[in-house]
Amino acid sequence: MSIPMEAHERTPETRVPRASPPMNDPAARATQIADATPAPNVAPAPAALFAAGVGEKMRATDLNFFYGKAQALYNISIRIPTNHVTAFIGPSGCGKSTFLRTLNRMCDTVKGTRVEGDVQLDGEDVFGLDVTSVRRRVGMVFQRSNPFPKSIFDNVAYGLRVNGGLSRAEVAERVERSLVRSALWDEVKHKLHESAYGLSGGQQQRLCIARALAVDPEVLLLDEPCSALDPISTSKIEELLLTLADSCTIVIVTHNMQQAARVSDYTGFFLMGKLVEFDKTEQIFQAPSRKETEDYVTGRFG
Amino acid sequence: MHSSETLKVQGEARVPGTKRNPGARAFALRFFSGDEIARALVTISAALILLVTVLLVYELWINSHLAREKFGWHFLTTQVWDPNAGQFGALAFVFGTVVTSFVALLIAVPLGVGAAIFLSELAPPKLSNALTFCIELLAAVPSVIYGLLGVFVLMPLIKQYLHPVLKGTLGWTPLFSGPFYGPSMLVAGIVLAVMILPFIVSVSRQVLLAVPNDQREGALALGATKWESTWKVVVPFAQRGIYGSVFLALARSLGETMAVTMVIGNTPQIKASLFAPGYSIAAVIANEFTEATYDLYVHSLIELGLVLFALTIIINGLARLLVSSTAKFSVSST
Ligand SMILES: Nc1ncnc2c1ncn2[C@@H]1O[C@H](COP(=O)(O)OP(=O)(O)OP(=O)(O)O)[C@@H](O)[C@H]1O
Ligand SMILES: [Mg+2]
Repeated sequence: MSIPMEAHERTPETRVPRASPPMNDPAARATQIADATPAPNVAPAPAALFAAGVGEKMRATDLNFFYGKAQALYNISIRIPTNHVTAFIGPSGCGKSTFLRTLNRMCDTVKGTRVEGDVQLDGEDVFGLDVTSVRRRVGMVFQRSNPFPKSIFDNVAYGLRVNGGLSRAEVAERVERSLVRSALWDEVKHKLHESAYGLSGGQQQRLCIARALAVDPEVLLLDEPCSALDPISTSKIEELLLTLADSCTIVIVTHNMQQAARVSDYTGFFLMGKLVEFDKTEQIFQAPSRKETEDYVTGRFG
Repeated sequence: MHSSETLKVQGEARVPGTKRNPGARAFALRFFSGDEIARALVTISAALILLVTVLLVYELWINSHLAREKFGWHFLTTQVWDPNAGQFGALAFVFGTVVTSFVALLIAVPLGVGAAIFLSELAPPKLSNALTFCIELLAAVPSVIYGLLGVFVLMPLIKQYLHPVLKGTLGWTPLFSGPFYGPSMLVAGIVLAVMILPFIVSVSRQVLLAVPNDQREGALALGATKWESTWKVVVPFAQRGIYGSVFLALARSLGETMAVTMVIGNTPQIKASLFAPGYSIAAVIANEFTEATYDLYVHSLIELGLVLFALTIIINGLARLLVSSTAKFSVSST
């Protein structure tokens, strides 16, 4: 009973009644895109969007994604700025997580999926690179926290050990640093060798953040990292993101508009598998160029 | 169902007037609403299991008193088994039982866990289901068939291929010294390994399949390879369940009778070589019970049953101790 209901709820059509119907006819879609007011999702002009001196860390071009026959992403084109925080917002089921997972090729792990188009990391096609090195460079924190059945220390050290090449002392030092950065150190420093399952949900999520940080990723993808956190931990995480952004490119999915506004430099709005608008965060929240975006950020739907 | 529902409603309606004896009322309410009935039923079921076990031990204990009184603890420490002279000792049988089960585990655990990992992590679902079906069929094969296979297939094969190799390479160790005639602890161990393999594979696979996918993804997202994620995250997560499958298999192999007696050689002796014949507790009880012509003989066989029971409990207990000391971070829900 509950399963079909949930599935129903997740279909974009029911959640977003006012949006345009899905376009299966490519010609129709093309017209719609042409109709759109300055549509940054088609080919965002670098100079117009990014401030001077802002590089491009990742880029997706005409990305389509399919779960079996069901298309989840439609023609996503976006450029993700180096060492900035990019937020993705949008109603549930619109493809934010799916898009995030194409960026570090986690989408490969789901059977029967298909990607069309191109994703680049520093100008290199990620689908041509070695998958483990892509994932080491592009870290990910999942929507649901997923600590391993190991001690707190071993959880954070996992990525370091898998990638090898560090002495015990270096591992210990990196573990401590990551836990400090993820605002968890004070709570766990006396019980590093106890099971990670003894931590609260919010602590577990910060542990997962520490685990991802330990390998020093160039890009960090966070899928609703604060959805299980109290306001204090949330603000700690937000501070962390802001400091991290000096040395790391951050992409965060959030349902919390204030959070997107607080932490991000750029914001993308997804709707029904399309990137409707991508712009500077102030622009998105104060003067969005698309009606759907405005409706969403002002809370009129979603 | 229906009546309890109505009773519950009535009971609740009467609640305001129940101040005089709230405890009893509350109990009656709960009782008739089904909670207490269910509780009583499951408690009785559990108690019955315990009762059966206690009765079993009691019967074994009572009906072995002649042997216990005559031999005392020496029953466990002597290996002479001579019905003609009225001399009975369990040691050779204990030895045979433990050695064959140990050999079986040594072969079946790596093989079984490996197969389970392949079936749950690597094989496409359709192939995995088909193969698992075949493996579970193996568990349904009667043990006498395994005995026959041991005699007619395994023994000639070992004689021709495995024995010369083992003798050539490891022949200097006592474990693989001496001639090989066929019936032996080695063959019994291998037959047992084949018999317990289905348990290990099918239970371990189930447990591995139950590991949440976000564990795999968590490891992969850190740059782990498929193998690293499987071996260092998925398998540890499933650890307890895998151990559970091994306990099940161990209990089965300690008590296996028919197949073992067909291939072990039924010779009560303690030899270091796996090529030598031996005897197991279950096998000797089955073979000699009908021939036991006097009371002390019967009582000695029953005491052997007691020993087997105790052995199973002790070995399982030790294994569990070992596991709980190593698997402290494992998830108990699996
Ligand atoms: N493993 C999967 N198999 C099939 N379809 C999937 C799978 N994962 C997601 N989808 C579908 O893809 C679409 C996009 O899902 P996605 O998880 O990317 O949404 P989301 O924007 O992250 O939503 P939320 O905000 O609820 O996390 C949904 O319609 C969903 O049903
Ligand atoms: Mg999501």
